[in-house]
Amino acid sequence: MDLSPIWLTLKLAAITTSLLFIAGLPIAGWLSKGRSFFKTIVEAIITMPLVLPPSVLGFYLLLAFSPQHGLGKWLQGTFDTQFVFSFKGLVLASFIYSMPFMTGPIKSALQQLPVSLTQASYTLGKTQWQTFKSVLVPNIKPSLLTAIVLTFAHTLGEFGVVLMIGGNIPGVTRVASIAVYDSVERMDYAAANAYSLILFGITFVMVISVFVFNKYQAKSPLE
Amino acid sequence: MIDLSIEKKLKVYQGKQVLKISHQFDPGSITKVYGPSGAGKTTLLKIIAGLVSPEKGKIVVDNKTWLDTGNKINLPPQKRMPGFVFQDYALFPNMTVRDHLQYATTDVDWIKRLLFLGKLDTLTDHKPIHLSGGQQQRLAILRALAIKPKLVLMDEPFSALDSDMKTELIADLKLIFKELGATVLIVSHNPQELEGLADGELYIP
Repeated sequence: MDLSPIWLTLKLAAITTSLLFIAGLPIAGWLSKGRSFFKTIVEAIITMPLVLPPSVLGFYLLLAFSPQHGLGKWLQGTFDTQFVFSFKGLVLASFIYSMPFMTGPIKSALQQLPVSLTQASYTLGKTQWQTFKSVLVPNIKPSLLTAIVLTFAHTLGEFGVVLMIGGNIPGVTRVASIAVYDSVERMDYAAANAYSLILFGITFVMVISVFVFNKYQAKSPLE
Repeated sequence: MIDLSIEKKLKVYQGKQVLKISHQFDPGSITKVYGPSGAGKTTLLKIIAGLVSPEKGKIVVDNKTWLDTGNKINLPPQKRMPGFVFQDYALFPNMTVRDHLQYATTDVDWIKRLLFLGKLDTLTDHKPIHLSGGQQQRLAILRALAIKPKLVLMDEPFSALDSDMKTELIADLKLIFKELGATVLIVSHNPQELEGLADGELYIP
């Protein structure tokens, strides 16, 4: 059995989750403060992939980064780089598609912290960044873990968006979910079953780990 | 000397009321701030600290303007750095007793002295969740004093302390305030609580 789709999927999920963690943390911090109309619009755009059919997002990304048009043509001409039908394209699509899974839990957790924690830190002379790093982030660890695991697991399961922008190139863009579909198309049910079982096993272990970890962190008011 | 004149609309149940205060606090004085619930005592402390902005007002501390709405001056809390004791303590759940003080200051001797003063020197590795209500409140006071503030703002700072601990702590605090040369405002619901400590009072109707 060809395991390259599994390795490619894990690589894609790891890179996407790392990039989203770095970018998602400050974005969630920014979204958690204030209620301006501009922030509402930005949050709505970030949340769109949750409700939009993945093929729609994939279609627009395909149009945007196609080497024959606008942005894609410019990238090709200026940097000699192409996002369509490449691993870079999968990372970009996954970054956009999975962003709400990273920012959502972090933003909610930050909003639930008492405002007096931030205020206390400010009166000690600490800057916004020092407060965010030393007081706010360490107190939302369970939500950070949830966000990381959800993002990773969601990227493992992407299909429509990666198929649209990446296609099905073995070793380059053929991730596990596409390999399952491809195997079924070829009536190779044994391979489809093997890929599916591996994906199921990985995601199940991850989700169980989060539940177990967060169970010890949180306490029900009914206990 | 703190010269204060502020006006702030307060949101209250069924309507609005205006917090309007003009007052001068002598340097090194300890003032009891009292009044009915919802009158704006906590808001007053937060306005002085720079955590809440009033619609109109001016605050001058030792000839330095902290707030002047007319001239659009409003120093952030980081530049005012008052020692603030929050009503809900606002302790950091991720930090131990020692971490709280080390987050505020690098002065090791001062930290040792504060821990001894607050009788928390045997609990330095405990996080707030493992402290009693009284111990948490003492830690909130120590953290506020850790930055050696010239202005101390305390919101119901003794409410969770037993009477013996309160008497002892108040006596020690009086010495510390004198040593720091700090001007102190203490919000309290209990008129007897600050006898022997406060030398002035401000009633907020």
